[in-house]
Amino acid sequence: MTDAGRAVFKTRLSNGLEIRLQEVHTAPVISNWIWYRVGSRNEKPGTTGVSHWVEHMQFKGTPTFPAGKLDRVISRDGGYWNAFTWLDWTAYFETMPADRIQLAFDLESDRMQNSQFDPDEIASERTVIISERQGHENDPDFRLSEEVQAAAFRVHSYHHEVIGDMADLETMSRDDLYGHYRRHYVPANAVIAIAGDFVIDELLVRVEETFGGIPAGEPPSLLVRKEPLQQGERRVTVEGPEETELLSLAYHAPHARSGDFLPLAVLDSVLAGASSLNFFSGGLSNKTSRLYRALVDGEQAASVQGSLAATIDPYLYEIHATIRPDRAPEDVLLVLDGEIDRVLQEPISKDELERAIKQASALFAYSSETITNQAFWMGYTEMFANFEWFESYMDQLRAVTSEDVLHAARTYLLPSNRVVGMYRKSRGSSHA
Amino acid sequence: MPEETFALPETDVRSLPGSDDIFREVLPNGMIVLVRENFANPSVLLQGTLEVGALDTASEKLGLANLVALGLMRGTARRSFSEIFHAIESIGARLGISASVHATQFRGKALAEDMALLVDLLADVLRNPVFPQTEMEILRMQHLTGLTLRDEDTGSRAQMAFDELAYPDHPYGMPSDGYRETVESLSMADIREFYKRYYAPEGMILAVVGAVHAREVFDLVSHAFSDWDAKRESAVIQVGPASAPDHLLRSDVYLPGKSQSDLIIGAPGPARSDSLFQPAVLGNNILGRFGLFGRIGDAVREEAGLAYYAYSTVSGGSGPGPWQVAAGVNPQGVNHAIELIQREIARFISEPVSEEELLENKANFIGRMPLQLESNEGVAGAMVHIERHKLGLDYYREYPAMIAGITAADILAAAKKFLHPERLAIGVAGEAIRDPGS
Repeated sequence: MTDAGRAVFKTRLSNGLEIRLQEVHTAPVISNWIWYRVGSRNEKPGTTGVSHWVEHMQFKGTPTFPAGKLDRVISRDGGYWNAFTWLDWTAYFETMPADRIQLAFDLESDRMQNSQFDPDEIASERTVIISERQGHENDPDFRLSEEVQAAAFRVHSYHHEVIGDMADLETMSRDDLYGHYRRHYVPANAVIAIAGDFVIDELLVRVEETFGGIPAGEPPSLLVRKEPLQQGERRVTVEGPEETELLSLAYHAPHARSGDFLPLAVLDSVLAGASSLNFFSGGLSNKTSRLYRALVDGEQAASVQGSLAATIDPYLYEIHATIRPDRAPEDVLLVLDGEIDRVLQEPISKDELERAIKQASALFAYSSETITNQAFWMGYTEMFANFEWFESYMDQLRAVTSEDVLHAARTYLLPSNRVVGMYRKSRGSSHA
Repeated sequence: MPEETFALPETDVRSLPGSDDIFREVLPNGMIVLVRENFANPSVLLQGTLEVGALDTASEKLGLANLVALGLMRGTARRSFSEIFHAIESIGARLGISASVHATQFRGKALAEDMALLVDLLADVLRNPVFPQTEMEILRMQHLTGLTLRDEDTGSRAQMAFDELAYPDHPYGMPSDGYRETVESLSMADIREFYKRYYAPEGMILAVVGAVHAREVFDLVSHAFSDWDAKRESAVIQVGPASAPDHLLRSDVYLPGKSQSDLIIGAPGPARSDSLFQPAVLGNNILGRFGLFGRIGDAVREEAGLAYYAYSTVSGGSGPGPWQVAAGVNPQGVNHAIELIQREIARFISEPVSEEELLENKANFIGRMPLQLESNEGVAGAMVHIERHKLGLDYYREYPAMIAGITAADILAAAKKFLHPERLAIGVAGEAIRDPGS
């Protein structure tokens, strides 16, 4: 869905690069996003974390824009930029004053082809990435989440964290990194999405001039190993020195193109509160959600959240509770299961359904407000579906019925389809 | 790259908020209302501050201001906790209130069509809270859980250790959200008494930005707040000055099981009102922000590969907030990182920044303004900032010229005044110990 008058122009260059352009004249700003169809889903044991590390190396220089220059030239033009690696994709963006956007095109077209992967830079970045992982490891949430994810996916490559396993971060070679870069950073594996203060016809000429001459490359092949149906509940426990205990439930969930995805999103909203599919937009408070009432008002947990991600392959619907110091994870699980039983037994009310849709509608509006966000959406949805998915999102959501939600609950929220994870304070000697 | 042709960007200041498109009125009770219309998006953002914070609490009651701020939404004379959040969440709105050292902040967002309800809710929770005991006990337990998580977090503990060293006998030396024992000791009488003594409209700022007409907003706000006549029991407290330690001070907090240590290094910095504040901020951008964390990032992350993040900040609030460097490093690399940061600080205070650095950083500050002020959140935050620090409604339009006028000598003067490589406070939290084996 886009606002009237903000039609999206779509085309594909002869080298396979997909282009999405949207004029927005609310501020003298342009946001340029380039999305590659590569993430931790494309990784194998031995090189887990390679997609994220390649993303880091994309900031380490080309002959034209050597290391240290890239950041300077963006910053001095008043721009900001960043990059993200996730399960299914890697994305780079620059939001710039409108008259400076050519710099972003030059930079992205250059580093699509010419990143150097200098061995000294790789050595330095290895310790930076290990430091990043160690920062995550400080948090019991991460340690639990990593084990739950691994338990949920025995076969599919969604089984490891995007940051990668420490064993691979310590041993991965330049060849591993450079090979991954060359295979995946080609026009035929990318989408460019640009929104902002420009005229489409004029900008398209510049995009073609900048990116059109890059050799197409081959879309990389990927052997996706389908996760077999889980045969029974799995449980994992993580122990550590931190006092606050945690409970995590992870149910296998449908992929974003499935007809069950939006009913499950509505169910998440009713159970744990409304959240945005836009990573950078935040959700609403969830104090009237069923799980908040049962767990927090019910004096079992200090907080509870749900999360459902839009992915290419079936991923997870997760419920996460921070346990009160006077309770144990088992206590909370009992109450939580009582609420899960309710949604398995009877449809959600008409009022709950209407509220969920109103909330989603507001969040959708908020998450589309800035030019950066508008460019984000155009590319993001191409990574797991297509832009039509985005355009029809609200209509599809409004069409969800209570029966659809009940069906989704009965299909996915089954004990045999979940991993139960608990983080406990270790008793005895300190965590090694 | 054509370095030689680079020049400061020319910003069309008329696109920035200014006196001709910010509506400003003061209600008779002293509440300041600011509105800027923006019909480009369908939402409305409401943000502001009240002049009440942790400074109004005795040290044995630290955390009280925060608990009261959070408790405002736990029930009013008109609505129960459940009714308040049913009203907010049913329309897809957000509303949150929290306290810091000097002020209590609130921020709400809704679709523009729901503006009246959001204003009514804000007025209700600010004016008519009843702090129901059951709800407050749940809130206290949540707050205590939050404190436990904070106390297990390396970043928070490094900051607390730094604050204690950098601000002895000063309110900035203690965490505004309190300690377990102070929060456990708070009574319902403390909570209600604090509200009664300090919550008042005088000096309150309410900024509204979005798809709404300024006059309609003002009428709504006036209707909801103009008969609020509560008075603060005592004058707003101003904090005293703070200066750099006499020598290097370091505190290590041992947190078992942590793979990464966090460290904070710095000293008290300029208040927002200090004439050296803006040179300090521009200089700090060179020291630890520009590009990927400035000079500090180059030394600690890019060259030594010691940290995922290493950057510096100048707080510059109502008092002498810290000018500090933060880094997350492997426990084995802590001392090396500290040495590198000290080296960069020594260089920063001993020689002027280069003309190239100065030009690039000025360009960064001026060029990024349209981006920072694009969203309703950005504009609302900017309006609260200029009102709170009495900068004038045309501050952002005058900003490019003001930044352009800062010299390398100004930056050096600010650096020399506040930073001394041998007179720093250092807080470290994690597995690291200062002298292994000792």
